[in-house]
Amino acid sequence: MTPPRSPATDAAARQGLSVAVATGLYGVSFGALAVVAGLSVAQTAALSLLLFSGGSQFAVVGVVAAGGSPVAAIATSTLLGARNTLYGAVVAPLLDVRGWRRVAAAQLTIDESTAVAVAQRDPAAVRTGFWVTGIGVFVLWNVFTLVGALAGDALGDPRAWGLDAAAAAAFLALVWPRLSGRLAQGVAALAAAVSLALVPVAPAGVPVLAAAAAAVVVGLVTSGPGTSGTRATGGAR
Amino acid sequence: MTPTVLWVCVLASSLAAFGLKLAGHLVPQHWLATERVQRTSTLVTVALLVSLVVVQTFADGRAVVVDARVPALAVAAVALALRAPFLVVVVLAAATAAGLRALGWG
Repeated sequence: MTPPRSPATDAAARQGLSVAVATGLYGVSFGALAVVAGLSVAQTAALSLLLFSGGSQFAVVGVVAAGGSPVAAIATSTLLGARNTLYGAVVAPLLDVRGWRRVAAAQLTIDESTAVAVAQRDPAAVRTGFWVTGIGVFVLWNVFTLVGALAGDALGDPRAWGLDAAAAAAFLALVWPRLSGRLAQGVAALAAAVSLALVPVAPAGVPVLAAAAAAVVVGLVTSGPGTSGTRATGGAR
Repeated sequence: MTPTVLWVCVLASSLAAFGLKLAGHLVPQHWLATERVQRTSTLVTVALLVSLVVVQTFADGRAVVVDARVPALAVAAVALALRAPFLVVVVLAAATAAGLRALGWG
């Protein structure tokens, strides 16, 4: 877990730390939003410790705040977490760990740790990038979640502070970097239309799940560039 | 939701999230290395996040409304286009909605 230092591992550690600080800080907004949505400080802290995946955590809080059912909250959160399975499959062979370290690596497998790890060129730097980012985000995200939760408790009416708009902005910021491709933009428009159409007629949480279902259909029926008749090579880059 | 139901949500979501992460570390890599699986997973993430943006911006219970959250989201989009950091985006959106409400709209 402590690879020999080199300029490449030092660079990976610096990248990891800067990502950790930037990501950890917005734990404040998660903590505040969770508490004003009706979760206790302990439940808010438990989400950051145990769930530890920003999008899924905001999803639980969003569905709870909208008055959705527990099933909708768990389902939305879990579907959003499915991408972490892919990340795990990508980083596992690069980390090559066993036992409790594999359990720790799994818990630390999120957008940020995966992104920093796969951006490195040599194997030692990949491992340094993953662990520094993962542990750094984990520590800071949990500390700032607690700060936000305690502050949120003292805020009073969340609407007067614009915290409902802050939640929407948080989701927009999470999806923004994923909207570069044509297909992603098309699915985004479809998801927006499906959700808007269903809000008046379906219980809270259902519009979000229906949007996900529409994306699954699009993903299965479209063929991406280079897939026609050739064996897929995704993940091998 | 009652505190007990909320705890069930918190713990069940957490258990499912960890299960998904660990599954990625345990399954043979080639199972997930198909273009179709990866593309679908990426698209589902986009759809869920966009849908959460829409619901969080326009839904008030079962009603679709336009209030202070809409200009706040527009400000967030401009900030993102200008490459503002996450926390700045979130704070600008909150400040926009709070300001408009202080002025008596939305």
